[in-house]
Amino acid sequence: MQKKIGYYPGCSLEGSAREYNESVQTLAKAFDVTLEQVPDWNCCGATAAHNLNKVLSFALPARILANAEKAGMENILVPCAACYNRLSMVQHELGKNESLRNEVNAIIEADLKCNLKILNIIQFIQMFISDFVGDKQQLLFNKKVACYYGCLLVRPNDVLGFDRAEDPQMMDEVMKSLGADTIDWPFKTECCGAGLSVSRTDIVGNLSGRIVKEAADRGAEAIIVACPMCHSNLDMRRPAIEKAIGEKIDIPVIYISQAIDMALGKTQKETGINRHFVPVNIELKKKEAEPQVVIEKTEEK
Amino acid sequence: MARIGVFICHCGENISATVDCEKVAKVASEFPGVAVSVDYKYMCSDPGQNLVKEAIIEHKLTGVVVSACSPRMHEPTFRNACAEAGLNPFLCEMANIREHCSWVHEKGDATTQKAIDIVRTLVEKVKRNEALAPIYVPISKTAVVIGGGVAGIQAALDIADAGHKVVMVEREPSIGGHMSQLSETFPTLDCSQCILTPRMVDVARHPNITLYTYAEIESVDGSIGNFNVKIRLKSKSLDEKVCTGCGACIQKCPVKKIPSEFEQGLGMRTAIYVPFPQAVPNKPVIDRKNCTYYIKGKCKVCEIVCPTKAIRFDQEDSFVEVQAGALLLATGFDVLKTSAFPEYGYGKYKDVIDGLQFERLASASGPTKGEIRRPSDGQIPKKIVFIACAGSRDPAKGREYCSKICCMYTAKHAMLYKHKVHEGTPYIFYMDIRATGKMYEEFVRRAIEEDEVKYIRGRVSQVYEKNGKLIVRGVDTLLMGQPVEIEADMVVLATAGIANQGSEELAQKLHVSYDKHKFFSEAHPKLKPVETNTAGIFLAGACQSTKDIPETVAAASGAAAKVVGLFSNDMLKRDPLIAIVKKSPPPVYSSCTGCFMCIQVCPYQAIDKEEIKDRNGNIIKTISHINPGLCQGCGTCVAFCKSKSIDILGYNHDQVYAEVSALLNE
Amino acid sequence: METNNNNSFEPKVVAFVCNWCTYAGADLTGTSRIKYAPNVKIIRFPCTGRIDYMLLMKAFANGADGIIVSGCHPNDCHYTSGNFHARRRWMIFRNLCDFIGMDMNRVVFSWVSAAEGAKWAEIVNTTVDTIRQLGPATSFQKLIKNSVFEEVGNE
Repeated sequence: MQKKIGYYPGCSLEGSAREYNESVQTLAKAFDVTLEQVPDWNCCGATAAHNLNKVLSFALPARILANAEKAGMENILVPCAACYNRLSMVQHELGKNESLRNEVNAIIEADLKCNLKILNIIQFIQMFISDFVGDKQQLLFNKKVACYYGCLLVRPNDVLGFDRAEDPQMMDEVMKSLGADTIDWPFKTECCGAGLSVSRTDIVGNLSGRIVKEAADRGAEAIIVACPMCHSNLDMRRPAIEKAIGEKIDIPVIYISQAIDMALGKTQKETGINRHFVPVNIELKKKEAEPQVVIEKTEEK
Repeated sequence: MARIGVFICHCGENISATVDCEKVAKVASEFPGVAVSVDYKYMCSDPGQNLVKEAIIEHKLTGVVVSACSPRMHEPTFRNACAEAGLNPFLCEMANIREHCSWVHEKGDATTQKAIDIVRTLVEKVKRNEALAPIYVPISKTAVVIGGGVAGIQAALDIADAGHKVVMVEREPSIGGHMSQLSETFPTLDCSQCILTPRMVDVARHPNITLYTYAEIESVDGSIGNFNVKIRLKSKSLDEKVCTGCGACIQKCPVKKIPSEFEQGLGMRTAIYVPFPQAVPNKPVIDRKNCTYYIKGKCKVCEIVCPTKAIRFDQEDSFVEVQAGALLLATGFDVLKTSAFPEYGYGKYKDVIDGLQFERLASASGPTKGEIRRPSDGQIPKKIVFIACAGSRDPAKGREYCSKICCMYTAKHAMLYKHKVHEGTPYIFYMDIRATGKMYEEFVRRAIEEDEVKYIRGRVSQVYEKNGKLIVRGVDTLLMGQPVEIEADMVVLATAGIANQGSEELAQKLHVSYDKHKFFSEAHPKLKPVETNTAGIFLAGACQSTKDIPETVAAASGAAAKVVGLFSNDMLKRDPLIAIVKKSPPPVYSSCTGCFMCIQVCPYQAIDKEEIKDRNGNIIKTISHINPGLCQGCGTCVAFCKSKSIDILGYNHDQVYAEVSALLNE
Repeated sequence: METNNNNSFEPKVVAFVCNWCTYAGADLTGTSRIKYAPNVKIIRFPCTGRIDYMLLMKAFANGADGIIVSGCHPNDCHYTSGNFHARRRWMIFRNLCDFIGMDMNRVVFSWVSAAEGAKWAEIVNTTVDTIRQLGPATSFQKLIKNSVFEEVGNE
């Protein structure tokens, strides 16, 4: 039976991170899940709104939540880490603060229940991957990879409650179940310079440069991400990075959804990796090993 | 007929400035039952007290209301005065017209009227007061000292030297506590073990001290003067009377790879072991969790090699019960483990260690014989970064408090490292340097100036491993918040001092209060620093809050002095303001219906069941009975008693209902 | 007793406090010379655990317009747990007040420690203000006079 899940792509996935959207859609199809877009969705207000006006920064995501609730959705997938962060924060705050909730309800003309389950991409993958890898995986992701979580996915930890804030593991576990060798490295949640991506590319170059260099130094063949901001800084800003660290590094940056798509044997177009600035020249090996063994290993953790 | 005396105090001008005292006295003289009512400038002065005493005799008073300051201030004064004039002291009450009236209201009729209302209320109360006699309970002059660290040792020796019996209970196989693990002590850098071990031996040899190691408190009943303490003696799998402590069993034990608790995991021990060579008592115990015999049912090498046949594999835990007059808690502290710090690697880097582990590395008796070597590869570190306030003063870690000892021991660690590795560079990241003891600041200056320890004011955000080095990323807040990155060989975290494991359960067994960090609470932060809220239970050392050695020893001697002071009396005198179950003549006996709700709510387990029997011994009725030695007089049972069969002396139903009526009816 | 036109109405408030925390806290208000309304009069108890709610009924029956009950903060009780028992009792007392049509705003429960002199003054003043707004508690007294509660009133 087809499962239905609410879907909020947000602006990035319609624009600079179109390949992320494509790969998530491909992945959902493989998982046999229908992604149902939140009707009439709007901007989540990330970065800009909460610097300007607190109520606005609550009202924008609240409207998205309200529309999802009205459409009868129980859970929504929010692949963009910034959107996921804003939506989760707002639902958390409004859930516990009644007077703020009433204020926001009056503005957006809705009656929020604040009971949606908001899923980030990794939670989404974990819902389906265990009964999926064994059957449909065609290729073994036999590479050494560095999983990079960024800041928005795991913090603030007491609200999101997702993985360990300092040394997260969940993306590593997904990659290990695909057959990858994940490196243990210290920059999993290091700042990529996200907010300065447009205004100060020199700082982005420095900050993202550290991350890329560390991953390369530790022998990673790819960096796996789950956030459009991380991706654009590590991928699109590679010239700035190379200028900052004074060396050329060609390590590709891949969304976790793309990585799974690749393991499914999907084409470059289906996964969207043809859109990357840093070319993804990764050849995966045909699967032979017993995948269950790999899963058991990850569950031990 | 009641004959009450009312004495209105002006308290200089403290009361008379806003209250018309003469008017109060005049109005009070007309209250029913008031025989005499006077006002006076200073009632607590000698002439004032004489005024009360003379009036008691002259007017044959049956009750006294002194209308002045708070009863918390002068109630004992006036009750003594009444007693001297032959009036039972519990027939004297204070009406608080200073703190609760003259000081908090403006001058005026309303204020004077309030004073009158207060006096009337207390007059109505005192009419219903009963003459009471203090309660005397005998004292068992034995003290139980829980914990055998330096605090327990000091307290036990002080009490024992004063001629009283002491029972010391220690959880570990040896006494000595954390102090026996330390290398050298600040600010004198004298050897910790050299000072402590003679005291440990004194404890073992003292004729007044009974030492139970590898033992824990099972339960405690009773109250001050008469605690009944049940102690569990965990099985050592050894007959101590037969064992000579030769150590043959330890040498031959095949299980040799157990991380030693005493060495903080940096060294190994066997399954049958003494924690360290100077242990007291110096006789081994078998760690049953790791012993091959207890796991697999075979081995018994120790039994075979023991020349005196002291091993007892089938030995079980046993219990002793001690009647004690006082309990002294000296259970010490622990430190946060490095695994509590995700930003510093969750404890996965071997060369990130805590302060106690560094003590073992620096100790001449430690796993490296006092050489500073990295736990991972045994190399001598060229750069060590010490991180002060690791967990302390950090609300994000749930510990807002300053652990107090870390500034000093971190300076000491850096100094010891520099003394042992001259070419090495010690860095200390700190928030503030708190060196507030005798010679402490000088010590820190010496570390900075003579030993060239590099102090960096700032926090460390992350420690990670790269190419065999530990990269320490922090900030120097004195350099305009510049990021600092140091490639260190070893990182020492001055982790927060925390309450010892099991302190919460122990506090609940003993009914002593504890704070949110599970440290035991003192009765008063200033004036009763070594007492707990439970009479007869005292505190010493780091179980209350982390303390350094001099402070711990001072607290221990203080607590010991309190115990000795208690034991200097044969009987204990207590206020008789306790609850009683009302009795009545047959055939009713008591209105108590035996629902025993009171037993459940009593915080002191002071209530039990009493059977009323006829002459033939047949039970007529079972009612509640309150043990006057245990009752502390909170009155919770009084409010819970559905049949109003329990009353509390000093605050009985008659008194408090009369107070409510009198307060509201002019 | 009932001189109750609202202009000159002076509320009568009875405070039931424990000896160890709130009584001492009110002493501190005095030693700090913080001023508060003289409408509140204090009755001392060993512990809030001792305060039977029949006493509160008795106070209302005798013409109190408002009541304050205050003891030690949770976990600070001199007798370990008396204030917890008191707290549970107030839960039930609230229901009782609702049942007999008593305005719950006339009964204030709070924790005031021996160090909170200023807090005590604040509680007294806000309570007196609230009661002043509510007016005298006469309807309740009438109810008592004509009902089974009469016995309480006359005890």
